[in-house]
Amino acid sequence: MAVHEFDAVIVGAGGAGLYAAMELSRQADLRVAVISKLYPTRSHTGAAQGGIGAALGNMEEDHWEWHMFDTVKGGDYLVDQDAAEILAREAIETVYDLEHLGLPFDRTPDGRIAQRRFGGHTHHFGQGPVRRACHAADRTGHMILQTLYQQCLRQNVRFFNEFQVLDLLLEDGVACGVVAWEILTGELHTFHARAVMFATGGWGRIYKVTSNAHTLTGDGAAICWRRGIPLEDMEFYQFHPTGIYRLGILMSEAARGEGAVLRNRHGERFMERYSPTLLDLAPRDIIARAMITEIREGRGIDGKDYLHLDFTHLPRQVLEEKLPDITSFARIYLGIDPLRQPVPVQPTAHYAMGGIPTDVWGRVVVDEKNTVLPGLYAAGECACVSVHGANRLGTNSLVDILVFGRRAGRDMVRYLREAERVSLRRNPDRDAREQVERLLRSEGKEKVAALRQELAEAMMEYCGIFRDGAGLQKMLGILGDLRERYRRIRLDDRGRVFNQDLLEAWELGCLLDVAEATVRSALNRTESRGAHMREDYPDRDDENWLKHTLLYRNSDGTFAFRYKPVVITRFQPQARTY
Amino acid sequence: MQAIIRIKRFNPEADRRPYWAEYEVPVDPFDRVLDALHYIKANLDGSLALRRSCAHGICGSDAMVINGRNRLACKVLIKDLGPRITVEPLRGLPVIKDLVVDMEPFFQKYRQVMPWLVPDDPPPPQERRQTPEERARYEDTTKCILCAVCTTACPIFWGTGEFLGPAALVAAHRFIFDSRDRAAQQRLQILADRSGVFRCRTVFNCTEACPQGIEITKAIQELKQAIILSRT
Repeated sequence: MAVHEFDAVIVGAGGAGLYAAMELSRQADLRVAVISKLYPTRSHTGAAQGGIGAALGNMEEDHWEWHMFDTVKGGDYLVDQDAAEILAREAIETVYDLEHLGLPFDRTPDGRIAQRRFGGHTHHFGQGPVRRACHAADRTGHMILQTLYQQCLRQNVRFFNEFQVLDLLLEDGVACGVVAWEILTGELHTFHARAVMFATGGWGRIYKVTSNAHTLTGDGAAICWRRGIPLEDMEFYQFHPTGIYRLGILMSEAARGEGAVLRNRHGERFMERYSPTLLDLAPRDIIARAMITEIREGRGIDGKDYLHLDFTHLPRQVLEEKLPDITSFARIYLGIDPLRQPVPVQPTAHYAMGGIPTDVWGRVVVDEKNTVLPGLYAAGECACVSVHGANRLGTNSLVDILVFGRRAGRDMVRYLREAERVSLRRNPDRDAREQVERLLRSEGKEKVAALRQELAEAMMEYCGIFRDGAGLQKMLGILGDLRERYRRIRLDDRGRVFNQDLLEAWELGCLLDVAEATVRSALNRTESRGAHMREDYPDRDDENWLKHTLLYRNSDGTFAFRYKPVVITRFQPQARTY
Repeated sequence: MQAIIRIKRFNPEADRRPYWAEYEVPVDPFDRVLDALHYIKANLDGSLALRRSCAHGICGSDAMVINGRNRLACKVLIKDLGPRITVEPLRGLPVIKDLVVDMEPFFQKYRQVMPWLVPDDPPPPQERRQTPEERARYEDTTKCILCAVCTTACPIFWGTGEFLGPAALVAAHRFIFDSRDRAAQQRLQILADRSGVFRCRTVFNCTEACPQGIEITKAIQELKQAIILSRT
């Protein structure tokens, strides 16, 4: 067994992990490791398309207070407003930081960072759309990922590529490392460190139609949950309105920001009926529900379960210069030229608002009093600060990973100045080794790929955009059945070298855990708010539910809920109309 | 429809040398080759190893040789290949298992060209100004996803592992022509070395293969020119 000694170990090499690593590596005496199940440039930050929201005011008047308000309202008032204030204020300096680090933003004629409209981002507290999303064509995430990776290389950050994290090491309530599995060799590695950060991204793969990469299986959230850390607000899962029909590949909201519109089978711009002020730039939860309503009422294209995203009135130059990637997706995957023909779209599972609870410094907290677990950090989609509340606004995921990845990095520097090294117990990799060996030796008949598919299909049906008590109960039963069958799998590959069969089996365990947390939290919350739409409880209920869910899995396998108050500073909850 | 997928397989723990395996896969013409490979993994042989992540041409994981050409498996559709498809690992990098090759030599060359911005310090309080024209100068080479399709399509790279290869040159171009960067001369010196840009024989394999449509050969010519101009 290999043991590596570091000061800080970061799991995940997307925007949040790399930003934190960059901050840490500025301290010459700190030894930092980044572990990724991929090569860092494959991380899903690279798939982000449209832009980063920041109230630079380069194109028209804008203020961070407006951005904060939009974030709070967009999140249906479940947002912690102290965190949203930090998000909106620090977005500005973080975007300038990125520019200084080399990010190739698109420019205005006078050389400033160019900005465009995005859903739910408004001027004067909701009066109309504002140009706030800083962009680099529709490849903004790609540019962020490249820029941060390049700076980490410049600063000699130590990368462990294609290492799958399996376990979090805690001693006396202090984080002291992780166990990871080297995919190339099958060897287990223990990373002994004084600070640990999870930046492992989301878990869109619990759903059948998703914009998420195959590798987004909720590993960090599942590992923390297994170690007694609660998961916060897991019932809030965002469906992005415009995924390519059946494939789920994203047609960026930037498309609508640049003027594309949604139409039903009658050619009607149906968002006029649902959101008279913001129309096609309403927040995602509202548009996704409107689309499903159109489909249910028979106004899907040809009566089927999709609608049209119409670019045909836009100038060629807008598509080719501002939306080149999504134009090419439509051409490649559908054989459709969006200049001439509308693109078939349906909502696609996209983003987890909930996750590992943290404070505004990325420190993981374990209860409703925000008690910090020393040495443990989380940021990015796997974390819940909570700046997105019940529904995230477009562009705010990139803001989140950068602002809070940076803050986590900075706080780790501070923490490491004082924190002592905690010794590891004997055989720290024992639990991880058992997990792997059990999967390798399992002598059943069940196939992992089939279980993954059944899970994803059932979650789509019973825990998707619309939910109700009966469906969620049914889903819990399905999860129990899938868990039972998961114990009886059989792998085709029992080797050590690059055993992806084993990797996917282990990931399935994470998918089952995060799906379970999602379904239980959704069943528990008997109201509708943001992305959580209960048809049996269709109204928002501030009296009983203006609070965050914390779901624990106890060591005996039972579950417990606790609740955390929402931090409200500037904006009192109001009815949410657009 | 049915497709026959022939895959060059190799498991270092079991095989002495690579061999061809053939699979019959039900496909839709609009399926990606990646979908067919997933079908094989899910239903026929779970031990097949390949890298993939985003599945829509952004992450650069699933580069492989498909019907003799370097492609991303998620960006080529069955309908464009017909019912007989051969799939092999990338050439010029050591094979680890099946379609998985060792990417370290590739990333090592990338790191050699200083692929990061070296600006004037300290930065202004807001953004550095850059005109749309200055920005457009290096737009094409910012699109690189480091999939290695170009470098492993290059006969010079096959011939000598010393050559930096197209992808590293693309990375150098992206910074050398960025108006904010101040390390162009240093990078051009690296590229002027015998393993550098003059090894390129303008075969255009890289440009033809690039899934991002980057005009790589043109970028390399611009680098050659910049070196020559900087000497006079």
